[in-house]
Amino acid sequence: MKDNATEPFVGRSVTRVEDQALLSGHGRFMDDLPIAAGTLALAFVRSPHGHAEIRSVDMAEAAAAPGVVAVITGRDVMARIRSMTVGVKADVECWPMAVDRVRYVGEPVAMVVATDRYLAEDAADLVAVDYAPLGAVVDPVAALAENAPVLHPSLGGNLINERRFRYGDPEAAFDAAPHRIGIDVTYPRSACTPIETYGVIASYEPGEDAYDITANFQGPFSIHAVVARSLKVPGNRLRLRTPPDSGGSFGIKQGVFPYMILLGIAARIAQAPVKWIEDRLEHLSASVSATNRQTRIEAAVEADGRITALDWDQIEDCGAHLRAPEPATLYRMHGNMTGAYDIRNMAIRNRVVLTNKTPTGLNRGFGGPQMYFALERLMDAIARQMGLDRLDVIRRNLVPANAFPYRTASGALLDSGDYATALNRAVDEGGLAELCARRDKARAEGRRYGIGFACVVEPSVSNMGYITTVLTPQERAKAGPKNGAQATATVAIDPLGSVTVKVASVPQGQGHRTVLAQVVADKFGLPLAAVRVLADVDTMRDAWSIASGNYASRFAPAVAGAAEIAASRLRDKLAKVAAAQLNIAPGDVTFEAGRIGAAGNPDNSLSFARVAATAHWSPGTLPDDVDQTMRETVYWTPPELEAPTAQDGINSSLCHGFIFDFCGIEIDPETAEPKIDRYVTMHDCGRILHPAMVDGQVRGGFAQAVGAAFLEEYAYGADGSFQSGTLADYLLPTVMEVPEPLILHHETPSPFTPLGAKGVGEGNCMSTPVCIANAVADALAPDGPAPDIVLPITAAKLAPLIFGDEPVSKEPVPETQAEASANGRKLTGEGRAVVQASREDIWKMLLDPATLEAIIPGSHGVQKVGETRFKADVTLGIGPVRGRYKADIELSDLDPPNAVTLSGRAVGALGNGGGHGRVTLTDTAEGTEIAYRYEAQIGGKVASVGGRLLDGAAKVVIGEFFRALARHSGGGGAGSGPLARLRRLLQSIATGGRS
Amino acid sequence: MKPAPFDLVVATDLGEALEALHQGGTEARVIAGGQSLVPMLNMRLARPATLIDITRIPELSRIEATADTVSVGAAVRQTTLERWEDLADRLPLVRAALPWVGHTQLRNRGTVCGSVAHADPSAELPLCLIALGGSVTLRRRRKTRQVAARDFFQGMMSTDLAPGEMIASVTFPTHRKGTGYAFREVARRHGDFAIVACAAIARHDGSATLTVGGVADTPRTLDLPAEAADLDDRLNEFAWHLQARDDLHATARYRRDLVRHLGRATLKEALSCRD
Repeated sequence: MKDNATEPFVGRSVTRVEDQALLSGHGRFMDDLPIAAGTLALAFVRSPHGHAEIRSVDMAEAAAAPGVVAVITGRDVMARIRSMTVGVKADVECWPMAVDRVRYVGEPVAMVVATDRYLAEDAADLVAVDYAPLGAVVDPVAALAENAPVLHPSLGGNLINERRFRYGDPEAAFDAAPHRIGIDVTYPRSACTPIETYGVIASYEPGEDAYDITANFQGPFSIHAVVARSLKVPGNRLRLRTPPDSGGSFGIKQGVFPYMILLGIAARIAQAPVKWIEDRLEHLSASVSATNRQTRIEAAVEADGRITALDWDQIEDCGAHLRAPEPATLYRMHGNMTGAYDIRNMAIRNRVVLTNKTPTGLNRGFGGPQMYFALERLMDAIARQMGLDRLDVIRRNLVPANAFPYRTASGALLDSGDYATALNRAVDEGGLAELCARRDKARAEGRRYGIGFACVVEPSVSNMGYITTVLTPQERAKAGPKNGAQATATVAIDPLGSVTVKVASVPQGQGHRTVLAQVVADKFGLPLAAVRVLADVDTMRDAWSIASGNYASRFAPAVAGAAEIAASRLRDKLAKVAAAQLNIAPGDVTFEAGRIGAAGNPDNSLSFARVAATAHWSPGTLPDDVDQTMRETVYWTPPELEAPTAQDGINSSLCHGFIFDFCGIEIDPETAEPKIDRYVTMHDCGRILHPAMVDGQVRGGFAQAVGAAFLEEYAYGADGSFQSGTLADYLLPTVMEVPEPLILHHETPSPFTPLGAKGVGEGNCMSTPVCIANAVADALAPDGPAPDIVLPITAAKLAPLIFGDEPVSKEPVPETQAEASANGRKLTGEGRAVVQASREDIWKMLLDPATLEAIIPGSHGVQKVGETRFKADVTLGIGPVRGRYKADIELSDLDPPNAVTLSGRAVGALGNGGGHGRVTLTDTAEGTEIAYRYEAQIGGKVASVGGRLLDGAAKVVIGEFFRALARHSGGGGAGSGPLARLRRLLQSIATGGRS
Repeated sequence: MKPAPFDLVVATDLGEALEALHQGGTEARVIAGGQSLVPMLNMRLARPATLIDITRIPELSRIEATADTVSVGAAVRQTTLERWEDLADRLPLVRAALPWVGHTQLRNRGTVCGSVAHADPSAELPLCLIALGGSVTLRRRRKTRQVAARDFFQGMMSTDLAPGEMIASVTFPTHRKGTGYAFREVARRHGDFAIVACAAIARHDGSATLTVGGVADTPRTLDLPAEAADLDDRLNEFAWHLQARDDLHATARYRRDLVRHLGRATLKEALSCRD
């Protein structure tokens, strides 16, 4: 688009100033930054267990490996730092690295610092950690059970915080209402996944006792305080810098902060700068994820569908440690727990639970996906149960247009909106009637087609005080009030009169620099290119505050607003300078096309640069009431963001956008695959500054929501093993899976922000998953009770509902089963064969160490350590995947020559496995029948990255055992006798065939 | 995610590669496209002592067609085969299946024989090789042997390949008049490992086969008359017989559902397109 300097830039989709560099490989990301000579590389040793005690860490071999400078354990780190701040009052410590106990797969256990990353990883393999596995708990409800394994003994349980809230008179409203309608909702774990992973470069200056840390951290910079405190230095001895470009974050890069602490300590110990770039396996297993949540929500409903009260019971799973700013995910929506609806009474019970999973943190939508999934599934359930039209139920409950600004029951001040009009426009312009006709036609043809709706209030610009709602009013009074959302912006003019804008917004590709150039160029009547914008942060040089950073969709409403104010102040001063030079009144000064002049008299003007640079070249000529025109820094915080009230009312966010979505989904009759036929999303995000970027935000959020709805889940086994450690198992949507939504806009500017803009980045992460779920529910069961929909919605989950009862087999075959569902990855199997050898002969073979030596797959030697106990060193694997393991084998429950139980446990670099099998020998008419049933569990790295192949691999290994038994019994010779038959039979068992 | 140390042999003729393979024994591995092996190296799941790059060996880089067969050398990229001008006429099934092999970027690097050597139970190319009754030509120092595809694949990522041996080429029997082919697949996303992949071949004599990948440890074939009255029963028995397993992406039951429903649709399509 032509950048025409006489038309305002704001509101136009100007070419992004970022894109030239980003699209031509000239971005400056973390790993592109120059590093100091002598910078060392770091690799982590990480826990393969979900829950285990660390018995010992033997670093001798690693420390002696080539290139290794330091090997550092959790105890070494602990000796130099303080526990990280925990956001609730609880007797618990929070270390950035495991100390004595690991609580999730991927938790850092040791750091290896070496001259390059290859050598660091080679040495990391040599760190020998002896673990004593503990019982694990991965389900938040199970974690609350009396007998659940406890992660932090000092807490006495896994419940780290509980609060109850009451607004209005919910009990009376429920008593008075004719209907009480409730649902239970399970929201799984997923996370937005940036292309660029975490990266940190740290150095330590002993002379100043100061840390200099560069990280692709995204804010909020309240975390700077957490890191400085933990490193035991004042804030001015922690210089935190961010790179100019960051390859996506979506909240996730807030979670890099424990690594900032660890790299700082590593640099201090190694006495050299240390750099670490997280790899994808580390990222998926141990960065941060969104919370999973179990919710019970009930509504008191009038006969016409009007809701008079809500009752929430939320159990939030924050993983193994409660890291700052958690439990913020649970509280960010606190002010708008009534959604887009006018509901005056509400009860809330919030419980925060710790489990053996990765700690949680910021993630696009932050609390909204979990909360709206429950609320909007409830709206669907209300319509179903009462036989009402779904849209009617929504419409009857919307906050009315004349009620803004509207104070919600729990304290949010909804700034502006006209929800009913936006909804009606979407229904008309989005073609709902046509979509309904498509659905009716599809159903008439016997196809499964459903329509879903979702209505969302999208909060933006978080109140830094909302997190303190987790504290009791008494605790808050003691700690002192917290509130506000300081945004900073500096506009500077150099001696040549060109304009620089500096903000602390840390973009990850969003285009902040473009929008700020638009805002400031408009103010000064300059071309876009005349304004240069910096948006990265150096805490020792820049204006920043705790709310700085890129989160809570705060850029357009807060940061761009602060820049607008800074530019306005400078412009007012420049107007005075120009007025004096042009002999006119300041009120008559105009800024246009690079000139400052008199309104209505184009001949009486000066170049912008000439006036703007006056303060540099001839400060003596400035009018008396103008101090300087070189630099203006603005700190802006909205007065509406107050601390929580004594009644726990909280205006948790400054702005509240509105979204109304609907979609049509068809389920394929042949494959049970759900497919989005059409998706419409209506947004009111206040004043739109750059339409293409707003639509880009909508598309991006939508894409990630499609991922959450259909594909993404951080999967854990019951033992805490992590099962989605690669992008082949943690499935991100690609362009093939994401249809183009129809995006509509309705603009009601926010009265509370300088530009009238609201945030827009996160809304579809909140609205789209539940809109899709409602459509799928409608496709599965148009009427009657709502089917329970648990994300991600996969064809495999829908299959029983689409295909009905499964036809049985006429000839049942012994099944090998791997249950990868809620109960964790447990491999069970069974097999049998009839062989021409006596029970006694087979029995002897099973108990003979020499035989075991020969038949244990990949054995390098079996050592007898007891009458029925053996140790073995084995190489196991399939194809190119091979690893060496130390195995313990025990025979128990001996019933000679009829039955024996074989138990084994193997530990190696690729992971660990354990299992037991019962082997029984029975005489039959055809010979001796060998039957076996086994149960095995596999964890560690191989479970994280090779889950798809794991069960088959285990089957191969177990099969090898029986093949070897056959071979051994045959003495290794080929032939056609009974032993050869035995071998063939056993082989057919091992390969899954039938004998 | 850095590989453990290894020696790299960049072979420029087959003899050199076979010698290195012989020397390396069980600790040596051939690398061509590296689309499966390199991630395994980087995750240190695989730690071979020696890698032998065969992509610069001219005699392995050829597609050779005879009257009845097409042989694809071990260094031929999947994209090269995909763009081979006679593919649609000679190997209609392979042509239908190739777009399902990962993504374009993967096929640009990945080789046809590499996929066969890797023997992933979900892979499309081993499925086609078994469905068409193809074979694998194996070379070692001073020895060549040919193995039928159905005997080559022994289990998940397990093949008949012996230490010191490598695949030199794979051979597909080519299209005969009167035969119809169809390929269908369900995966979580386009380009993902198949949950179930079906290849159907309907012959002019009224016989048909359905070969299914992604369910058992290797692709398995069901022979049946094209117009079987009890098709649903046969498909159901076949589905159960494959001993499907649950994993992160699909239940055993869903895999059986797909064998029944997708299998039927694939067979019908093959029948309808006999020429």
